[in-house]
Amino acid sequence: MTHLLPPEFFTATVPLNAYLILSAILFAIGACGFMFRKNIITIYMCIELMLNAVNLSFVTFSYQFGKVDGQIYSFFVMVVAAAEAAVGLAIILTIFRNRGTLQIDEIDTLKN
Amino acid sequence: MNPAAFYPTATDYLRFLPELILTIGGVLLLVLEALTGDNKDKSSLGYLAIAVVLGAMFAVPVALANPGTSFNGMIVSDGFAAFFRMVTLLVGLFTLLCSTSYLSREKANTGEFYLLVLFSLAGQGIMAASNELIMVFLGLEIASISSYVLAGFLRDDKRGSEAALKYFLLGSFATAFLLYGISWIYGVTGATNLVAIRESLAAGTSGNSMAVAAAALMLIGLAFKVSAAPFQAWAPDVYQGAPAPVSGFLSAGPKAAAFAIFLRIFQTSFESFSSRYEPVLWILALATMLVGNFSALWQSNVKRMLAYSSIAHAGYVLVAVTTNSNVGTAAAMFYLAAYALMNFGAFAAVTHLAGRGESHVTIDDLKGLASKQPVVAGLLTVCLLSLTGVPLTAGFFGKFYIFKAAIDNHLYWLSALGLLNSAIAAYYYLRILAAMYMHEPKTTDHPEPVPGGIQLTMWFSAAGILTLGVFPGLVLDYANRFATFVK
Repeated sequence: MTHLLPPEFFTATVPLNAYLILSAILFAIGACGFMFRKNIITIYMCIELMLNAVNLSFVTFSYQFGKVDGQIYSFFVMVVAAAEAAVGLAIILTIFRNRGTLQIDEIDTLKN
Repeated sequence: MNPAAFYPTATDYLRFLPELILTIGGVLLLVLEALTGDNKDKSSLGYLAIAVVLGAMFAVPVALANPGTSFNGMIVSDGFAAFFRMVTLLVGLFTLLCSTSYLSREKANTGEFYLLVLFSLAGQGIMAASNELIMVFLGLEIASISSYVLAGFLRDDKRGSEAALKYFLLGSFATAFLLYGISWIYGVTGATNLVAIRESLAAGTSGNSMAVAAAALMLIGLAFKVSAAPFQAWAPDVYQGAPAPVSGFLSAGPKAAAFAIFLRIFQTSFESFSSRYEPVLWILALATMLVGNFSALWQSNVKRMLAYSSIAHAGYVLVAVTTNSNVGTAAAMFYLAAYALMNFGAFAAVTHLAGRGESHVTIDDLKGLASKQPVVAGLLTVCLLSLTGVPLTAGFFGKFYIFKAAIDNHLYWLSALGLLNSAIAAYYYLRILAAMYMHEPKTTDHPEPVPGGIQLTMWFSAAGILTLGVFPGLVLDYANRFATFVK
């Protein structure tokens, strides 16, 4: 089978900085989405994206140092994110039951 | 390394005893809650939770008697940790005392409430005693996730679920920033231990600007948690919508624990570039005081007003943090203890006065309280005078030590503007006092009796406020002794 791509594509390594830049981009997309999206589920997914950007940077640094602890930290982050998801989705469910909407700007009972 | 060195010793567990008791007690309550029938009275679980918190309080001196780090430097037991463990446990005790009657009034008397308070306290204890960024993160999340549920505990209440949603979304957003900062610090120094980070940064190796950026990310995360402007937007909504005892809990306990890690991280790890973040803290402190006080002026809802006032008080503590000195740290410790007493005392009064469904929470509802319920009005007055900063109360000495520390460290403008702010704050506290004492009651119906737990909380906080107002040395001497960190 002949490859469409040049052979260097399969042997060259991606520099570590590229992973860090990707992680920064993911984090920025998550933060922007958090601020500008209107649907609560989407906002929540943006937070998850930010946490996964953190995981990527932990793993990259861990690889760079040749140490294993950064990878273990990313497991901690995953466990906590899972616990947060359980609680967060339950809260979103009560919001939907009480109001029948998931648009963040319609949830504005609390004001002076 | 020898694998045996990784095994925890008995001393390691003693240094971690308060959190162990809270966790085991919480799990025990979880099982007991499942075993008792659905329609049974669950207030006995509340008394059990109070016993667990008292047990943890007795364990704090045990942990303090064994100073040092445990679990390979992840947890540190020092006087600073013991102080904040005690403050958060006191707030937890007050919460439990106030919530038994509150929950039966709101017909939500289930046992989960009590164990969530215990788990949140365990998280706050870990925050106070953590010596490592991953422990900071875990403690923060244990405390926060339980608090998210507590804020929305009355799940059929529109206000409560909205408060929980806002608290959850903004809390997780803040955690993501903190965590991204942690990952960068790990990338720059290769360490997550606070002392190791300090040594690596002080050695002045490469990537110092990246470390500053990481510190900025962590600052954003922590500023959210202590509700510092411009990251304070969640606090008024959450404290207004959450059940009143939970609002008191959130405004005092997790905030004190967040300030504990704030002080520890910035004075241990990031001390080598303190001159670079001092201007940022300066602006943060001033903005927080201004936003809190000026917004509180216009509020008619007492819970929302107390929320803005708690933002303003976070601003005063930030003044102490800005000084970046041991005197400032001691002043912050004293202030947070005084603040826990006076703010929770006020929220305890609101818990009682709000009535079923929390329908009486405006200032108009407090009119004529002094003639209807003179004892509640008197105790609330003590708390409000202390929040104002009137002499002979704990709040006065709290502010006095903070501004004294600021002047000692040449922050003249910040002190002057802060003092001006506390003068503005007097206006909205006096509005409540005026409503209570200078108006006739709106209705003539007989007031409900004050539940025992709420009475106990209010008497205890009023007594604490006056004691610290006359003998501030009781707490300040301790704070001064332990305001230094292991370096």
